[in-house]
Amino acid sequence: MSILIDNKTKAIFQGFTGSQATMHAEQCITYGTNIVGGVTPGKGGQQHLNLPVFDNVKEAIDETSANTSVIFVPARFSKAAITEAAENGIELIICITEGVPVLDMIEVIDVLNNNAGSRLIGPNCPGVITPGEAKLGIMPASIHKKGSVGIVSRSGTLTYEAVNQTSEVGLGQSTCVGIGGDPINGTSFIDCLRMFQEDSQTESIVMVGEIGGTAEEEAAEYIKDNVTKPVVSYIAGVTAPKGKRMGHAGAIISGGKGTAQDKFKALESAGVSVVTDLNLIGSKLVELLK
Amino acid sequence: MNLHEFQAKELFESYDLPVSKRGLIRKLSDVDNAIASIDFSNGCVAKVQAHTGGRGKVGGVKLCKNKEEIENFVSSWLGKNIITNQTDEVGLPVNIVSIDELTDIDSELYMSLIVDRADKCVSMIVSKAGGMNIEEVAETNPEKILKLKFKHNVQVSEQDINELSSKLDFNSNQTEQFKKIVKNTHKLFVEKDLSLLEINPLVITSSGELHCLDAKINVDENALYRQEEILGQRDPSQEDQREYEAKQHDLSYVSLDGNIGCMVNGAGLAMGTMDTIKLYDGEPANFLDVGGTATKERVGEAFKLILSDKNVKGILVNIFGGIVRCDLIAEGIIGAINEIDVNVPIVVRLQGNMSDEGKILLNNSGLNVIGEDSLMKASQKIVELVK
Repeated sequence: MSILIDNKTKAIFQGFTGSQATMHAEQCITYGTNIVGGVTPGKGGQQHLNLPVFDNVKEAIDETSANTSVIFVPARFSKAAITEAAENGIELIICITEGVPVLDMIEVIDVLNNNAGSRLIGPNCPGVITPGEAKLGIMPASIHKKGSVGIVSRSGTLTYEAVNQTSEVGLGQSTCVGIGGDPINGTSFIDCLRMFQEDSQTESIVMVGEIGGTAEEEAAEYIKDNVTKPVVSYIAGVTAPKGKRMGHAGAIISGGKGTAQDKFKALESAGVSVVTDLNLIGSKLVELLK
Repeated sequence: MNLHEFQAKELFESYDLPVSKRGLIRKLSDVDNAIASIDFSNGCVAKVQAHTGGRGKVGGVKLCKNKEEIENFVSSWLGKNIITNQTDEVGLPVNIVSIDELTDIDSELYMSLIVDRADKCVSMIVSKAGGMNIEEVAETNPEKILKLKFKHNVQVSEQDINELSSKLDFNSNQTEQFKKIVKNTHKLFVEKDLSLLEINPLVITSSGELHCLDAKINVDENALYRQEEILGQRDPSQEDQREYEAKQHDLSYVSLDGNIGCMVNGAGLAMGTMDTIKLYDGEPANFLDVGGTATKERVGEAFKLILSDKNVKGILVNIFGGIVRCDLIAEGIIGAINEIDVNVPIVVRLQGNMSDEGKILLNNSGLNVIGEDSLMKASQKIVELVK
């Protein structure tokens, strides 16, 4: 077992024929992921990467029975793309795109609330991978290894860091989820923690957070009452100055709230093993699992 | 992106929100015209226009009774920097002073609209504790903070506003004014893609009217493509020059105080790299995310940016390739070192997409660049080299 995606997942790409989508779709296909086609309005009927291109999501679902979509469209079209996917019954929507206006995301959340069968990952995220089964995202495949650690993170490259370390210590990963660095996103830490807790393949969890907002504090509360598997957590941004946006739209300490220290404290009091050194995620897990 | 107070008040006016009339002074000879544009019978409040709060505490806001007092205020500020508890030690340049009509104040409230991350909606926060630091109020007297959530596509109900008004002890006239302020600030917030709208204080005048004495607006950077008018109001003089320069090259950069320059792909890893340097007793000089689509040219620009900070005594490059290809980064590094005079040590850690090819390129370049496999070793190495 794993969470979110496996070898039965049938995925399309929205914004399929763009250069980034093309490059990553090729890598996902090479990994063995079941990509069944893609959507680019105005290019329906063409073939791309030996797969059919459709004008819209509905046609793509009708022809391919896709249940998952990876979104690569530019930020200004992302709201429409996510909405189209949700309203046509795509179960898992993974939005890689960075720079979506936050008020667009508030509208998207409303759409998702009205389409309960759809789950959104992201935006501004690296995607999801279940090693050995399916890769839907922009993560480098080679560092992953099928195994027992569930990884969830707000940051793309920090996810890779955690993946690399858990591979090097021989544990490998069940599924890795990048939930994205925006202030308002779809799937939360808590959603992923619940799925990892219920997943039989997952034996331990790595949660990588960063400054800004209170998602880590809420996750800590959830872990205290609901998660029995060992959790190791790292929070980026101890040295970040207040009031400055650190790259990610969501990574900002505002009004003294959202500091790394607050998050470390909340996680520690929930019984989570916190590492302050990013390099020690892997070795801390090994120590816990002894 | 931030706006000046006077720009925010102009926006307020266009949404029929009650603000004081004001005149703007960009040079001393503007004073007469500015006075003529307002009701000056009781004097005015002169206010330095700069992207910072806490101006009043350092003399940046002054009650002026006559022209001479305004001229003295203007002469003492124009062309200078204002340094407050919210700026760095250099402060921000003062190029504009506004003079606002006087308001007789009976009491002060606090009001703001924010993007509410926890509830995933726009929320309004209002409190009778006006003119104070709202974070402190939230900490010490959370019961004094009232909140109203705006559901998407749903009008705020009369009943909600009436309940809030009664908690704020508004009379019926004030309740009607408050309804209009709530409706119009929300409209402004949504139409102009704001991430913050703050009125601190919202005052009740001695004649019992609600009035926005101050106005602060932040705009969502991600939405600027559809807010041309607001984008035109950007004042680069109020932004860190290196941060502004970085934006022109699509790089995400934040200045810090240390001496180890950092170039990293991904915001999270960039923060993680800064934290790691600090953990190994070094001091990071900057946050810099070269992004997922780093080209050779952008890497070159990133190097120039880092080196324009004269405190930088060494550079740590940390690349974990996902979208970005490590061999392109390596080419960028080699190109930049060849093109600009780099005489500080550089430690490079490459991992992921095409990292082996990247390391070969660096090692064969004949340049003084040290390659490391792990972030731990790379951090320890650069800290040692700048000592």
